[in-house]
Amino acid sequence: MLRVKNLQVYYGMIHALRSVSLHVKEKEVVALIGANGAGKTTLLSAVSGVVRASSGEVTLGGKAITRERPDRIVRDGIAHVPEGRHIFKPLSVEDNLLLGAYHRYSLAKRSAVRHEIDGIFSLFPVLADRRKQVAGTLSGGEQQMLAIGRALLSAPKVLLLDEPSMGLAPKVVKEIFGHISKLRAERGMTILLVEQNARGALAIADRGYVLETGKVVLQGPSEDLLANRDVQRAYLGRERED
Amino acid sequence: MTAASALLQYVISGATVGSTYGLAALGFTVIYNTTEIINFAQGEFVMLGGMLAVFALRWGGVPLPLAVPLAVLIVTAVGVLVNRLTIRPVQGRSPLTMIIITIGVSILLRGGAMLIFGKDTFSLPAFSQGGPIDLGGATLLPQSLWVFGITLLTVLGMKFFFDRTLTGKAMLACACDRKAASLMGIHVDSMVTLSFAFSALVGALGGVILAPITLTAYDVGILLGVKGFAACILGGLGNPFGAVVGGILLGILESLGAGLVSSGYKDAVAFIIMLALLFWRPSGLFGSARAERV
Repeated sequence: MLRVKNLQVYYGMIHALRSVSLHVKEKEVVALIGANGAGKTTLLSAVSGVVRASSGEVTLGGKAITRERPDRIVRDGIAHVPEGRHIFKPLSVEDNLLLGAYHRYSLAKRSAVRHEIDGIFSLFPVLADRRKQVAGTLSGGEQQMLAIGRALLSAPKVLLLDEPSMGLAPKVVKEIFGHISKLRAERGMTILLVEQNARGALAIADRGYVLETGKVVLQGPSEDLLANRDVQRAYLGRERED
Repeated sequence: MTAASALLQYVISGATVGSTYGLAALGFTVIYNTTEIINFAQGEFVMLGGMLAVFALRWGGVPLPLAVPLAVLIVTAVGVLVNRLTIRPVQGRSPLTMIIITIGVSILLRGGAMLIFGKDTFSLPAFSQGGPIDLGGATLLPQSLWVFGITLLTVLGMKFFFDRTLTGKAMLACACDRKAASLMGIHVDSMVTLSFAFSALVGALGGVILAPITLTAYDVGILLGVKGFAACILGGLGNPFGAVVGGILLGILESLGAGLVSSGYKDAVAFIIMLALLFWRPSGLFGSARAERV
């Protein structure tokens, strides 16, 4: 579904991504783990067009989308939930969701979009109770759900999630990860998940990639990565040593 | 004239002029809200509205009911051009850079207007015939009714646009988070262009409705721009409703200051109010510190 080939990104003199290749198959959840500054966010940003790749290729369902404008890439079917959620704080919860459907909204599709918004409310019932509330007043977990719901309304083929667990209480993190696996189970969503919480991410992912200073250093099925000694030492706090 | 009717007179004239300040302020707000730029060429849009209507009428022989919308449309196009030619090429720079560019644009527009239209003062005929209306000893010009009516319609139109249409909400979205807006499939550049168009449109409207009352010249934009900005601060920067109310309030205060104290202080009122607010209530009368969780 989504294929990244030899992607290179520079920030001025800094070589942020060094020829990264990865792929996500349909209805697959793929985790991208790595330390701070490894290039995880850069990779997602390059896929969604927020950051320009200097070379390499990104294809979605066979169609090249490299270096397109972000608003075009959304139309192609990629929804990016950015790190830090970036919800529209002064707008209401409902308006945030409505803007998710911006690129395909028309008066003719009005009721269909309303119906889908209701679908998001049944997925995240806490949001339904706050539909008229200003989004900035939501709690961190609720804001994350709103950001995911908003992204789903663009009817994506692939969902990019950047650090959905960031800054949330452990209980809320669990809830968010639960929602992510439900998205695949119930909606057949294809997901590329970037996380510092490697254990949580690998637990719900089919496969994983480990990124280190802009390079993919390891990849494989989640169980293999969870069992890998290097991964355990570097990202899982060595708890499984025996 | 009794004291009460004199007071009423000040309020009526103040509110009339203040409507134009309000529309200029609305123009500031629309651009500020999508780009964080204070467009100091806003006053020039107001000037151009009045001047172009005068010249369409005089040189082009266009009848008044056509000259007015024509002038407003041309200024709207000027607004779009200003964005395309001066703001978009330096995109991504700090708002301060762009603000300085708008000061340059304002000098350019003013100079251009002087070269084309000359330095004379012009007047535009009132939109409708008929003598002044007596209102408890004060006089109300029919043109004032046009001013109030058009201002009200503009504000209601803007309110509808931002509250009820998806494009309006998309503009607000660009204002609060550009990156997220583009991730929603919103083309931010078009929204910025649209905001310049709107801003020029409401500014020009303000200029054209006021021209029959106060006369117009190539350099009226400076003061109108400053007062529009003062009105913005008074109403709370970024609040469209506050901008218009702030403008009307400023007009009334100015007129009371001129009538009750001395007409020499008329223009100082705006500056005094602006300073006082910046000292004591920088978020404006209708602005409040926004509370949000992070």
